[in-house]
Amino acid sequence: MKYYVLIVACCFINITHSQNCNSKFFGEVHDFHDGTPIIDANIYIETLDKYTTSDINGKFSVENLCDGKITITVSHLACETKRLDIQISGDTFSVINLEHHIEELNEVQVDGTTTSKLTKTSQETLLKTDAIERFSALSLGDALKQISGVSSINTGNSIVKPVINGLHSSRIIVMTNGVRLQDQEWGIEHAPNIDLNTAGSINVIKGANALAYGGDAIGGVIVLKPSNISLKDSLYGKTIISGQTNGRGYSLNSSLTKTYQQGWYVGAQASLKRFGDFEAPDYSLTNTGLNSKGFSINGGFKTFEKGFNVYYSYLNNDIAILRSSHIGNIEDLVNAINSQQPLVVEDFSYDINAPRQDVTHQIIKADFYKRFKNFGRLEVQYDFQNNHRFEYDIRVGADRDKPAIDLTLKTHTIRTNLKVDSKSNATYEFGMNVGYQNNFANPDTGVRRLIPDYDKYDFGVFAVSGFRLNDNTHLDFGLRYDFNRIDAKKFYITSRWIERGYDVDFGDIVIDDLGTQLLTNPVFDYHNVSASTGIAFKLNERNSIIFNYGLSNRAPNPSELFSDGLHHSAARIELGDLRIKQETSNRISGTYLYEQESFSLNLEAFYNHISDYIFIEPTGTEQTIRGAFPVWGYNQTNAALFGMDMMANYKFNEQWSFNHKSSLIKGRDLSLEQALIDMPSFKTVNILGYSNEKWLRFNSELQSELVLRQNDFPNNNFEVFIPRTEEMVLVDVSSPPPAYHLLHFQSDITLNLSAKTNLNIGLNITNILNTSYREYLNRLRYFADDLGRNFMIQLKLNY
Amino acid sequence: MKIFKKVSILFLATLVFTACSNDDDPLPVNEEEVITTLTATLVPVGGGTAVTLQTRDLDGDGPNPPVITVSGPLAAGTTYNGSLALLNETVTPAESINEEIAEEDEEHQFFFQATNNIATFDYVDFDGNDNPVGLEFTLTTTTTGAGSITIILRHEPNKTATGVSDGDITNAGGETDITATFQVTVQ
Repeated sequence: MKYYVLIVACCFINITHSQNCNSKFFGEVHDFHDGTPIIDANIYIETLDKYTTSDINGKFSVENLCDGKITITVSHLACETKRLDIQISGDTFSVINLEHHIEELNEVQVDGTTTSKLTKTSQETLLKTDAIERFSALSLGDALKQISGVSSINTGNSIVKPVINGLHSSRIIVMTNGVRLQDQEWGIEHAPNIDLNTAGSINVIKGANALAYGGDAIGGVIVLKPSNISLKDSLYGKTIISGQTNGRGYSLNSSLTKTYQQGWYVGAQASLKRFGDFEAPDYSLTNTGLNSKGFSINGGFKTFEKGFNVYYSYLNNDIAILRSSHIGNIEDLVNAINSQQPLVVEDFSYDINAPRQDVTHQIIKADFYKRFKNFGRLEVQYDFQNNHRFEYDIRVGADRDKPAIDLTLKTHTIRTNLKVDSKSNATYEFGMNVGYQNNFANPDTGVRRLIPDYDKYDFGVFAVSGFRLNDNTHLDFGLRYDFNRIDAKKFYITSRWIERGYDVDFGDIVIDDLGTQLLTNPVFDYHNVSASTGIAFKLNERNSIIFNYGLSNRAPNPSELFSDGLHHSAARIELGDLRIKQETSNRISGTYLYEQESFSLNLEAFYNHISDYIFIEPTGTEQTIRGAFPVWGYNQTNAALFGMDMMANYKFNEQWSFNHKSSLIKGRDLSLEQALIDMPSFKTVNILGYSNEKWLRFNSELQSELVLRQNDFPNNNFEVFIPRTEEMVLVDVSSPPPAYHLLHFQSDITLNLSAKTNLNIGLNITNILNTSYREYLNRLRYFADDLGRNFMIQLKLNY
Repeated sequence: MKIFKKVSILFLATLVFTACSNDDDPLPVNEEEVITTLTATLVPVGGGTAVTLQTRDLDGDGPNPPVITVSGPLAAGTTYNGSLALLNETVTPAESINEEIAEEDEEHQFFFQATNNIATFDYVDFDGNDNPVGLEFTLTTTTTGAGSITIILRHEPNKTATGVSDGDITNAGGETDITATFQVTVQ
């Protein structure tokens, strides 16, 4: 195009020596994607305050211009506005490409809250900035529980892992700013290392239908995206400060972003959280404090055609774990279960003592994209993650301050992604990723490694396509292949090696015999194929339906393969199994959506059949010098999960509204014909809302949360001989706690401090009635009640 | 082509990182705090045959149960001076754990129990707060019979709770580090 201008310019250059004010500027406005002319685009010459519009062929012309530089702005409905400098030298011709694409528009548009769904035929929910900011002082897992069908599995109240339709940990992919989080997500007590405050929006996709992110997300995908960058000269930021009574702590988050119209931007964000011991209604939860520090910096260049982004984030969480949950043997567990309150209750303190976790996660990312006219968008990304986890146990003597676990997980990933979107009714996306991961378990802990040293290699390719058959029908297909290799070096106690029968099946992987221990080198390869298809159909203005199907495979994680040792908080010996193969999920789902002005309804149903489902079950007891311990071993079975999630919203009038959410899920072990363990129980949330714009944009809502008792659970109770009393005692580890009902209240007002600055003041009260309760999916439910009443004040300043 | 160049640079960078990774075998961990062996030596006051009670679990949390040995019967109507020896035999030479417990005696307490009233126990050693520890104790037998003796070590017990300083474990709390039950006869 440049050459064209040059040639045209050259033709006239000889006859325009002096100032010429008879020049004509003419050209064509095209759609960048497919080159089609854009009709009725506005062409505004800023320097002369002149307007014109493009005709039916996308052509325009402006006459009687003087030679020299002019600045024009070209705009069109649903297009990115473009600002250009044009050198007029005689009659000048120019082709102007405009971006005419709704999806991409959201990425470059000015509004910081514009966000969109990532899929068209999946069960997807979008949480916007407002819904996230409310949970600024809490965790990702807490924020996601707003979505019907998403629950959490907790270790206390600070370690919160999201559960999507009954599945969690390695069965969920968490993407943050384009990076797949690799933070030892296999463990139930390993919460995602995410500072919720770095997210501008969160998309939650149920099931494995978003193949671009990975093929092993049997449960679903959580995508956190930073706030959009606007292409204008601007400096903006926000600060959120909150203080709360329960835990007597505060949370502080602040961010600042500088953007330039040319496309350059730079931003930084930092957050701090500090809490002391939390409180149940009747007692203090000794040693449950939290100290969290995080920051991130983000910079780059962004236009429609090309751009790059460099990102770094740091997050350190120092989390205390309830003192009473650390127990020595099964008798201690029986005592804890039978005791109505925790065995250690001390006065309030900010101290973080053992047992505790100290986890640092760092991400470095660089990506680059370029858009090719009449073709699509190519993106290349490299990221590096360093996850360093210390776990401190209660120890004696010189080892008192030594961590019991010291793991460093390093992950390098390169991803490329090509999106072909030049046709308006079909998009194709191809991608590839190559990954290398190294886990290092520091032997200086003086405790045998729970997870061994390993190298892991990943390779994946995928192709996804979307077709718009007509205005009402959308069709998606996806296919993906993944290769995983894990190459570990693991020590086994010789007696364990023999007891597991590995001497027969894996005799050839022993590389060193140290007498009581064997060093082994297990190397396993996994080939996984995943596929997805879906259709979205709009029946009429108000009703639409979505069906989809997903096939996915997940390779076993290091914990399922290699676990080998005593788990203190559960007082059980957990054993992995080298024989475990990948699990395969076939999931079908259907969604019905109804929408009109005052009423909307979203009904989602699913059936997920998982063959070779990997789970942990009790297999017997073993005697040690400390007493008897139940042994839990990883095993595989065929399982089915099915359920229904409902969301409904009704507006009585401008002020009053009613919101309902409920979710029901059943998990069955098809081989043993019994319930699956750790399935969320039925939950229903009803919210009565009142808003009034006139009262300083007042919002308030009263929320009722009812969680029924889980009556479908496998009975893993067992009897154990207690030498002290010389009795056989039943250890009731299975019975779920009773149903509970909680009331919450929240309200906020917004004050405009100046044209660009506003202050939002919020008051939240959770568990208003100070109800004592225990939650089935909290691993500390044997030891203590959940949190009591909490008052929280939040100040949110946007500037 | 520029893009492909960039991709290849990134790719090479990864290869370099990969190549740099340490290929040496990991070092074995010999657990330092493991207690594998508890030996109670009972020496009769005024002479006679000493009796030892031992529990030994050489593979720690491994699958093999502890091996429990009782050297012989106790004599009726006799007072024994008892002492405990704790060893970590996973390391060579075996390491004594007694010192660690003696140093942190306020955080440790042994509890002794017998069935069928075959024996009673008294603490001999006390911590800085005058609360019992139990590395040293006396055992007194009465009449002949058979029963079991249980020795329990609790870490961070509540020594001031009711009965705990008298040797009653009921309200002690804390974590169990050792539990061993020995079948004995009194002749």
